[in-house]
Amino acid sequence: MATHVDDPRIIEFDVRTDEMLVNMGPQHPSTHGVLRLVLRTDGEIVSEVTPHIGYLHRCAEKIGENLTPKQWIPYTDRMDYLAGMNMNLGWALTVEKLMNLELPEKARHLRVIIAEMGRIASHLVGMGAYGLDLGTFSPFLYAFREREKILDLFEMACGARLTYSYLTVGGATHDLPPGWLKKCAKFLDELLPVITEYHTLLTSNAIFVRRTANIGLLSAEMAIDYGCTGPVLRGSGVDWDLRRDGETRYTEMYDGYAFEVIVEKDGHYPRDQVYPAVPGSAVLGDCWHRFYVRMLEVMQSIDLVHQAIDRYSTAQGAHAIPLKLNEKLPKGEAYLETEAPRGQMGFYIVSDGSPIPWRARARSSCFCNLSVTHEICRGCLIADVPAIVGSLDIVMGEIDR
Amino acid sequence: MSGPAFLDQLKKKFGDKITGANFEAIDPWIEVSPHGLLEVCRYLRDDPKLRFNMLNCISGVDYFEADPKKAAKTGWEPHLEVVYHLWSLPNKTSLVLKVILPRWKDGVVGELPEVPSVSGIWGTADWHEREVYDLSGVYFSGHPNLRRILCPEDWVGHPLRKDYEMPLEYHGIRGR
Repeated sequence: MATHVDDPRIIEFDVRTDEMLVNMGPQHPSTHGVLRLVLRTDGEIVSEVTPHIGYLHRCAEKIGENLTPKQWIPYTDRMDYLAGMNMNLGWALTVEKLMNLELPEKARHLRVIIAEMGRIASHLVGMGAYGLDLGTFSPFLYAFREREKILDLFEMACGARLTYSYLTVGGATHDLPPGWLKKCAKFLDELLPVITEYHTLLTSNAIFVRRTANIGLLSAEMAIDYGCTGPVLRGSGVDWDLRRDGETRYTEMYDGYAFEVIVEKDGHYPRDQVYPAVPGSAVLGDCWHRFYVRMLEVMQSIDLVHQAIDRYSTAQGAHAIPLKLNEKLPKGEAYLETEAPRGQMGFYIVSDGSPIPWRARARSSCFCNLSVTHEICRGCLIADVPAIVGSLDIVMGEIDR
Repeated sequence: MSGPAFLDQLKKKFGDKITGANFEAIDPWIEVSPHGLLEVCRYLRDDPKLRFNMLNCISGVDYFEADPKKAAKTGWEPHLEVVYHLWSLPNKTSLVLKVILPRWKDGVVGELPEVPSVSGIWGTADWHEREVYDLSGVYFSGHPNLRRILCPEDWVGHPLRKDYEMPLEYHGIRGR
């Protein structure tokens, strides 16, 4: 009970708050998929965050033990459903590593085009949904407008708009249709100025900066310790990108491409003079930096697709090596990670020599990225929790598999 | 450093805690005994030359064939493997560690085999070990919070075991 005191300042100290457990989710609109967070709060301050996951668990790995690798491709689509192409690619490369398959040049460049377009589409949703998390609706609509055009291109290539199963073991299911490259190049030329516009919508928006700068700090050491990868790792200033540092089987896809890892060096991002400057309040490893890395990666991917289109149009060979659906796998095991939009997506295949893998394992990037939330949310405000979790850009389909 | 030279170095340091290796595999691996795992992992992470500072993935693989005809041809005894995929960011090298476990502790069906938790060495292990415990049924001793992570907490069994059977019923929902 507050007793009467003359000095009004003393009352402040007399008000006691209780610790409270607040449940956020499992269907909170500002979480990406079905995530449930249990917050231990003291007033507005969050002292502990416990994520509860598994609401989208579909036993993908168990199913993978009962299907041939090619048949499992559609299940990889449904892991990170915002970047189905990149999931297909990860699994296809892993199986090719086990089978020791060398792909024709044309198939490799086709994969770069598709994978980087997938990255753009995914980062666009990431950007729009992050705006949504922070309470601004319009960037989401803009992002989806652009993404729609990429989906149109993907539909032209493989007939599907979300679950593609396009990149498959041995290459791709079809070659790109005539006229596709022209359409794709035209789209990229249109996208470039639009992205600059998006930068003004969010990146340099004063409210956005206030909500994200210096919030949810993740140090480089902690990011590595928790296995955070992708934009989350690079947003903490770690110069690491599998497209450059990964295994040869993956990096050879990008051989000879002009490519710079998007990471801050000495206070500058590559070519950052073109884009909004880093605001003074932003600290390396905060939500703003993670978001910014994603935005710059879109530009990077546009660049890469342009280069890939040039190479693809002069490349030799076919778009795929024909393989049977139940092709026999050699005995052995292989693990490969690729740089998916949300981080390093790893697949592990163990084979006993039959056409069906003994074990299919998916190492999810978001799974590791989310596991760091309890560290970076400690001591933040309740209103910052969606901002921090949103900045990790998670997709629950991939976490729960 | 080449694979065999690296193995020699490890063997010199840890003796019989390194139980084997395979350098012919696509991703060469080193086998570590469960009781030496913590020591080896800490060394791999902290040695200034090795610096395997990122644990990418922990996977459980169950080697069990129910069909006796097929089991005769497999070439292995039933066992369980826990596979650790490591990266060294500074050196850009990867490494695979394996721990071979019996399928059940002391051969008693239902008693999970034990392996020490590396969650104190790499933060990634926290959730990954929970996942392996949940799906493959490995008990990570010393884990701060070893609860199921993907399946509901009252789920029975470990789905990625090869002899797993779906429950007939779960809270009134028909299983099979």
